[in-house]
Amino acid sequence: MAPGCRKPKTEFILATTTSVQDSGLLDVLLPAFTKAKGFVPQVVAVGSGQAIAMARQGDADAVLAHSPQAEQEVEQAGFVVERRKLMSNAFVIVGPPADPAGIRGRSVAHALQALTQGKASFVSRGDNSGTHVKENQLWASATLTPAGNWYLKAGQGMGATLAMASELKAYTLTDQATFAVRGGPLQLEVLVKDDAALDNPYSIMIVNPKVHKHVNAAAARALAAFLLSAEGQKLIGEYGVDKYGRALFTPVK
Amino acid sequence: MTGFLNIILLSLLVSGVATLAGGFLGSLAGLALGLWDFPGRPSLLRLIRTLMGMPPVVAGLLVYLALSRRGPLGVLGLLFTPTAMIVAQTLLVFPIVTGMVAAIVALTDARARQTALAAGATRTQAALSVAWEAWPGMVAAVVAGFGRAIGEVGAVMLVGGNIGGRTRVMTGAIFLETRQGNFSTAILLGLILLAVAFLVNLALERLERLVPR
Repeated sequence: MAPGCRKPKTEFILATTTSVQDSGLLDVLLPAFTKAKGFVPQVVAVGSGQAIAMARQGDADAVLAHSPQAEQEVEQAGFVVERRKLMSNAFVIVGPPADPAGIRGRSVAHALQALTQGKASFVSRGDNSGTHVKENQLWASATLTPAGNWYLKAGQGMGATLAMASELKAYTLTDQATFAVRGGPLQLEVLVKDDAALDNPYSIMIVNPKVHKHVNAAAARALAAFLLSAEGQKLIGEYGVDKYGRALFTPVK
Repeated sequence: MTGFLNIILLSLLVSGVATLAGGFLGSLAGLALGLWDFPGRPSLLRLIRTLMGMPPVVAGLLVYLALSRRGPLGVLGLLFTPTAMIVAQTLLVFPIVTGMVAAIVALTDARARQTALAAGATRTQAALSVAWEAWPGMVAAVVAGFGRAIGEVGAVMLVGGNIGGRTRVMTGAIFLETRQGNFSTAILLGLILLAVAFLVNLALERLERLVPR
C-alpha cells in the first residue's frame, strides 16, 4: 500500500458510532459483508456527532449512527439518503450497587429527578455522541437541567465513561451493548431499564451521491442491503450470545 | 500476529517520512534563522517557539479541515489516508527542528564562522562550516522531532481515522484497545512502541558520529 494512493472502487468509508466497533459487532458483520459482496469498508469509528458531520462534509460514503434527531436533520438537509433502521438496543442507567441516590427500579423521569439531589455524581459523555444527545433529551423531557458539582462531563467514549463512573462511584447512561462488553470488571449495576424512553435505534444511511459526486454509492448501498438482509439481520441478532450470554442488539426483522 | 507488524511498519513509515520532511525543511529554516540576521527575525523565532508547543490535535484539525471534501484541498481525496497523517505530523516536526537548529546554530555560529573567515573562507563556505560544526545538534533536533511524531495520537487519529489495516498506527491501536478495555494488549503495544523508539534512536545516534571531529 502506497501512502495516499487513491481508494479503489471496492473500498469506501463507513463512518460509525464507537459502540458498534467497541462491542465487536463490526468484526463479525463486515468480514461477512466483504466475503458476500466484495466491497471493503474502511471504518472510521467516532461519535455519532462526528459521523454525521462527516456525511455533511462528504468525508464518508455510508454512516451507521444512533442519533435519530441529528440523523433526521441531516437527511432533511439532503446530505444523506435511504436512511433505514437497522437494529436497536436499549439504554440503561447504571450506578454503584449501593445506589446512594435511590433510583433502582424507578422510571427514568423519577430517577433523573432523584439524581439532581446531588447525593452522588453523574458522569455525562459530554461529547455530542448519540448517547450524549439521548441523555440531553431525557433531561429535557423530565424538564430538568443537570448542573452542579455532581454533574461531570467526561468528553470521552462510552467505555472510558463507564470506567470513570465506576471509579467515582457515580451514575451514568449507557447502551446495553457497551455495558455488556465493558461492565464486567466495573463496580456498576443496571439500576433503571425497560422504560420506553430508553429505546436506542441504530440506522444506516448513505451519503447523498447527488451532493457529493465522489461518494461510492454502490458500495454504501451494498452494505445497507447486506445488513438488512436475512443473513445480516441474523448475524446481528446472534451477536454476543456465545460470549455474553445474551444478544447485544435486536435486529429490526 | 501480522496485524501488529503492519501497525508498527505504518507507524515507522508515517513518522519516518514526516521526520525526514519536517527535519529537512526545519534544518534549512533553522540554519537560515540561526545564521542570518534580518528584519522580523525575533518575531519569527517567537512564532516558531510557540508552534513548537502546538497540540497535535490542533495540527490534525487544520489538516482535517484542509483535506475534507468540503475543504480547499478536498478534491485530492486524501483525508483518512497515510499521506494526510504524514502532512499533519510534518507540521508538528517542522517547528521543533527549526527552533532547535536555530538555537544550536546561533550558539556555534560566532566561533565557527570567525575561524572559517579568518582562514580565508567565503561567506557560503563559512556558513557550511557552521552547519558542519552544528551537525550533532541538528541530529539531536531531528531525534526530538521523531519522538514527537511517533508518540502523538491526536493528529493521526483525527486525519487518519484509525482505520484498521490502513491508517491505524501504534498510538491509535493503543487508544482503541484501551477504549475496548483490552488493557493488556494496550500495554504490550505501548512497550513495543517504546522499544521501536529506542531502536530508532540507536540508529540515529550513529548519524551524529557521521561527521569526523
